[in-house]
Amino acid sequence: MKKILLMGNPNVGKSAIFTRLTGVRVITSNYPGTTVEFTRGYMNLGNEKVEIIDVPGTYTLQPTCKAEEVAVEMLKEGDIVVNVIDSTNLERNLGLTLQLLRTGISLIVVLNFWDETKHKGIDIDIKKLEDILGIPVVATNAITGEGIKNLVDRLSEARAGNYRYEDEKKWEEIGRLVAQVQTLHHRHHLFREFLADACINPVTGIPILLGVSYISFRAIRFIGEGIIVNLTGPLFEKIWGPLMTGLSNFLGAKSFIHNILIGHLIDGRIDFMQSFGLLTTGLYVEFVAILPYIFAFYLILGILEDIGYLPRMGVLLDRLMHIAGLHGMSFIPMLLGFGCKVPGVLACRTMETRKERFITATLMCMTIPCASQTAMIVALIGKYGPGGIFIVSGVLFIIWVVAGVLLRRYVSGESPEMFTEMPPYRIPYISAILKKVWMRILNFFQEAFVLVLGGILIVNLLYSLKILEMLGKFTGNFMTKLFGLPPEAIGAILVGFLRKDVAVGMLVPLNLSFKQLIISSILLTITFPCAATFSILLKELGTRDMAKSTLIMIGAAFIVGIILNTFLKF
Amino acid sequence: MDLTQLKAGEKAVFKEVLGGWGIKNKLEAMGITPGVVITKISAQLMRGPVVIKAGETELAIGFGMAKRMIVEKIRE
Repeated sequence: MKKILLMGNPNVGKSAIFTRLTGVRVITSNYPGTTVEFTRGYMNLGNEKVEIIDVPGTYTLQPTCKAEEVAVEMLKEGDIVVNVIDSTNLERNLGLTLQLLRTGISLIVVLNFWDETKHKGIDIDIKKLEDILGIPVVATNAITGEGIKNLVDRLSEARAGNYRYEDEKKWEEIGRLVAQVQTLHHRHHLFREFLADACINPVTGIPILLGVSYISFRAIRFIGEGIIVNLTGPLFEKIWGPLMTGLSNFLGAKSFIHNILIGHLIDGRIDFMQSFGLLTTGLYVEFVAILPYIFAFYLILGILEDIGYLPRMGVLLDRLMHIAGLHGMSFIPMLLGFGCKVPGVLACRTMETRKERFITATLMCMTIPCASQTAMIVALIGKYGPGGIFIVSGVLFIIWVVAGVLLRRYVSGESPEMFTEMPPYRIPYISAILKKVWMRILNFFQEAFVLVLGGILIVNLLYSLKILEMLGKFTGNFMTKLFGLPPEAIGAILVGFLRKDVAVGMLVPLNLSFKQLIISSILLTITFPCAATFSILLKELGTRDMAKSTLIMIGAAFIVGIILNTFLKF
Repeated sequence: MDLTQLKAGEKAVFKEVLGGWGIKNKLEAMGITPGVVITKISAQLMRGPVVIKAGETELAIGFGMAKRMIVEKIRE
């Protein structure tokens, strides 16, 4: 089968074109490095089925990071390269085009973001560019789909160009080339550009950063809480609740099936947070406690991503990240980690060195609770007012700083500096953001649904078979002595290996005090990552570094647990 | 002068970068080669990154790296 590679600089819309061609949906954003892994899809070209590969963005065929290495490696396999270009930045993008021409591979050039050229007063003579390069050139706007049909029609015309140049004089050559095909008209400074500058000027940028963070945080709480209180909560209590009570009466509280499906009755009634049945707590945790927050988080994240704000946050936070031997852009994986660690760890690929990847992944897994866990912690501690949440986040931040300083010092390797393109601000398309939210929620369910139910089932069996009590007795008062927690809390820590949200849920029936709740929430965040994160760490860091990272987390959990138990007083 | 000494809003010609192949390659890939005109957009407090514009490309560069980029200010 023929292989068609989509290649180009980062953040030129390759993934959006991929989705248009194949119908396979992939996450797109407005910042360099959204795609770190290649994605395959298929389409019919005439009577032939061809494979389309969405390759991570690269500025050059001399790779500078892991994601770029993937791109260059892929080139060997391709039959045709579709070189996607941001038409508003023709000159810079042609750097890669010329390198591709030199390889002699069949090439077709796509000028994406074509509509933007009009706003920016840029005129490009496509015909002339075709003649000079000797390969077909088409204009598209991938988000609306304009020009995609033309691209498909002309794919078969892709060919090795006849353009020759001296490698040392590449950029001078491009300068002359651009002067021939592009005319710039006078235009007014766009408001977006003014805003973009204001966001990276420290005097205005820092207040904007604080404001955006505050509004985002409030919006996530407002939307998440709103859905729970007005929609999913009442649905469960008023409709699902009576159904389950009926089923419970029908099955009889003593039967095994009842135990599995409904769980244990608390004071003769079903308690959605404590019964631990598959149909009660299992569904409640996923749909009521977690899903609304996942939706809210990804909605706000999607808006910030597509506007192009995240790299600018990175510039302002660069100094903070230096504490941990990182630079501003490692803030993006960390932020993704607040949703789920799996995409967070994957995003570490845009980093250049092993040291950076190791520190970012370890700090993220150790100090950043994912959306599901945060939702459960909020449900658990939130009833004592915002104070508890502040303490938990404050302690986690302190751990981030202390661990960051130590990791910077003791992990060998280089800490390169920031070197990142700032994407232009773009007005996000609501439909594109909603599609992205939908995909991320689907990913969440694919990853979590079975594991959460499995976790609930295991917890249920642990209770029913009294294994938890035995485990508590077996470990004696070790949990109590070290961390001031009841012996049964060891169960939650162990289940935390499977799913952190289920683990937090296990704390509910233990009737913990405020202090115990805080310590256990923090411990559950720090100790080893959940199963899904564990496997992705193994894949991204390798066995040795993953083992090191996990040992650091377990060690930190012990130290922090003991310190908190000794010094935290209420 | 080096890039960190340039003030926000000022234009300069990029002369050279004091460093090895890696840093040259990165700049080269972005089209920043000797002779290119750049505009400094902003600097951060406490040795934070410098943001410049070269052509249509806006780029954030770490302080240490900016320190090694030699530029010549254009007087208007």
